[in-house]
Amino acid sequence: MTALDQTALDRTALDLTGLTTRPAQTWGAVRLVPLVREQPITDLRLHQRVNPMGGEYPSVKLTPKLSYTSYIPHGFVADWTGDGGAAAAYGTQLDVADAPRALPLRAQQRMAQREGRTRLRFLPLHLALEGYLALHFNGPVIAWQEWSDRAVRHGLGARAEQAYRGAEVRGLADALRVFEVHPGQCGVLLYLADALAAAFVVPHPADYRALHPSLLHDLYGELVHHYATLMQPLPEFRAAIPERGISTLADLRRAAEQQERDWARFHDTTMAGGLLSGDHRFQEVRRLGRFTLSRFLPGFRLKQENHLGETITDEHGRPAYLKTFRLSENQTRRGHLLDRLAAHDWHLGRTAEALGVTEPALGLRLEAAGFGLLLRRDVLDGYRRRAAA
Amino acid sequence: MDGHGDLIAADDVLLFVNAAITSTGQREFHSDAAEQSLSLDFLHEYLRVNYRELYAATLALDINDHNAALIIRQLLVHAGETAAAGRRAEGRLIARRLQLLPPQRVYRLFGQLRRARVNNRRTRAIMRDWLAARPEPAFDAVKYRAGLTGALRHAHLATPEVELGDFLFAPKRRGRYDAPLLDAWRRAHYEQPALYELPFTVAEGFAAKHGIPRGAFLAKIAPKLSRLEQLRLQESARAHGAQDLAADLSRMPLTRLASYVLALPVEERRGRLAELGGALRSAADRAAGARRGSWGTVAAVLDDSFSSYGSGTKRRRPLAVALAGHYLLAALATRYRAHWTSGRGNALLAHPLGATPLGHRILDALEGAPDRLVIISDGWDNAPPGLAAEVLRIHRTRLDPGHRTSIVHLNPVYDAADFDVRRLAPTVPTAGLRDAEDLPALVELAQFAEGRTGLAELRAHLDARVEAFLAPEGEPR
Repeated sequence: MTALDQTALDRTALDLTGLTTRPAQTWGAVRLVPLVREQPITDLRLHQRVNPMGGEYPSVKLTPKLSYTSYIPHGFVADWTGDGGAAAAYGTQLDVADAPRALPLRAQQRMAQREGRTRLRFLPLHLALEGYLALHFNGPVIAWQEWSDRAVRHGLGARAEQAYRGAEVRGLADALRVFEVHPGQCGVLLYLADALAAAFVVPHPADYRALHPSLLHDLYGELVHHYATLMQPLPEFRAAIPERGISTLADLRRAAEQQERDWARFHDTTMAGGLLSGDHRFQEVRRLGRFTLSRFLPGFRLKQENHLGETITDEHGRPAYLKTFRLSENQTRRGHLLDRLAAHDWHLGRTAEALGVTEPALGLRLEAAGFGLLLRRDVLDGYRRRAAA
Repeated sequence: MDGHGDLIAADDVLLFVNAAITSTGQREFHSDAAEQSLSLDFLHEYLRVNYRELYAATLALDINDHNAALIIRQLLVHAGETAAAGRRAEGRLIARRLQLLPPQRVYRLFGQLRRARVNNRRTRAIMRDWLAARPEPAFDAVKYRAGLTGALRHAHLATPEVELGDFLFAPKRRGRYDAPLLDAWRRAHYEQPALYELPFTVAEGFAAKHGIPRGAFLAKIAPKLSRLEQLRLQESARAHGAQDLAADLSRMPLTRLASYVLALPVEERRGRLAELGGALRSAADRAAGARRGSWGTVAAVLDDSFSSYGSGTKRRRPLAVALAGHYLLAALATRYRAHWTSGRGNALLAHPLGATPLGHRILDALEGAPDRLVIISDGWDNAPPGLAAEVLRIHRTRLDPGHRTSIVHLNPVYDAADFDVRRLAPTVPTAGLRDAEDLPALVELAQFAEGRTGLAELRAHLDARVEAFLAPEGEPR
């Protein structure tokens, strides 16, 4: 695993060109906003992982008594054609790891793996999360005296973040079941208690139809889980047409169409504003013909929406595939701290100054964010004393 | 009771009627079986306690068999609540309704009463009268053996003939029976040809016992099948190579036929368009009867969105009702135009798919300024939500204040959370719909329910229905 190289990142905003917002469907605290593509993309297709062994779920024998079988809910496979012709989509299968002994390392190396000349297998969201977990993974670039030995030698060490499977998010299963997929639908924005939880876009309506239930196997941040558990059912955004000025059926039809346009504009600018207007840093992972697979990180702005994700864009930058994960407030704070430290060469004093706090306060903030082990014990104790005084 | 209380009472009863027409306590698209039956049980109890007389009177309406059995059970379990005067009227309603119910449902109801240990004099009398009126006790003894035995035991009744009593309670006592059906049952234990004299469900068990191949069995039992059994076994018989079963589809009831058509794969439907369309049209003509061609220009908005799939237990029921309604409306109208929510043209290829843009389809339908607009939908208007209500409201207030177009919404799905079928707009009457065959009657009832109905009017309407229902030669539904 390598740390993200800051200079390799382009800063751009996400856009959803080519996708039209359709009216939302609400179930409990879940609001699903369908995205419809007028022109489906046919030369890149996504499908769930195809089992190479064909139908069976073979496992790997470690010892005569012990075997290893892994269930990866849904690896995605991207198929593309070099000449822009149509690519075919496959069905869903179980996947079995074939390298059990060195699983942690191998799995990360193989997060996105080329399977043939025009096929790529990747685990959805893991690519994006890996980017977040590996954020400034190597630790301090300059061994300032405040940093502990461990931080200088091993960097951040193993970082783990908690996420909830979609099936644990209350009401999500029902919301996905009763959702009526629009004709031509290629994506969905998932809101819980009207907080944008995830965005999901695929190239082709047939892919969407096949992958719609896979939203239940995805990871969701803790914020999403809490909102789903605590929120009351949401009201719908119901159409409301003013009576004035309507004297014919044609007027009424015009007003009805205006309603839909108003909703789409409101949604794109207000409800999805946090995702679309956000400042994201992109890192290219792999090229697939005219498409590019990349992951992106948010700007780690505190008290705002922060989404990380992965996307496949075509040569004009239009998204063929998009999947995002919403960071919780804590995760944002951690990312923000690491980001600020890296920006100031891991110098505590200068970082504290830039953040407008004192050095002890920053030290304690680092500890509170779970990075206490990175600081030398005596330095941290000193910060505590000075903060208490 | 003051005027306000009257309105509430009338509302409660109409709400209950909608529920009793649509809900069967089974899983629906938006709610599961537990929610449905919990909600329905509450309504039954609420109505029984507060308006027992009206509750009993709903037996005379086109409510479904599940709810009819539930009402009868509730009335008999809580028999003591009613005053002496009401008892006689209740008893007549129950007896009449039991005659109309399919016998298997009645036997199941008797079994439930038995398990609930309801054995008052009235219940026993009702059981006695119903059993005495059965046309062929030997047939019941063979086909509903457990039901009949239980009922006889519970009501302390003797069988009309000694032989039948032996058959039910001591089958080993006799070497042979005089009644041919009973004797066929005895012989079917060891003689294959005898089982083809038995009713299908009984013969099926013997066929399995003798190891007769399914195809050969279906081909030979064909003459013994009831009409619905024929329809149900069509495809399975074809798969087993029993061609003789091919039923005359045009004789089938309309909604069942629509369900059958929708269960066929789309490619097969495409190959049999003329045959299936003809069968549906003739079934619709029969259902329309004298009203054929009397409705002027009619436009219909029919819901074939994904939710019209219903559920695994009520598979494609809402869509089947819409398809049957489509053919029935075509028969009733002089000029007819259908607008499916998916925008699809050929009704026979209907398939539950996509969102529900009801508002836009209603606009399309109103374009032709029809005399009547009938909307058949589960009421989950979602593309965009609430547009149908707005279109209907503004159409009524601004574009058609004189009610030139009469609009009615028929809903085949009971919404467990709201204790009613889902409504589209307050200005448009909504009625529950179970079988498309009831559509004309329901449209009239819904028109009558437009605006606020007082209890007096409702009572008068119910009294009229009850009178017709109890009339000695009242034709069966």
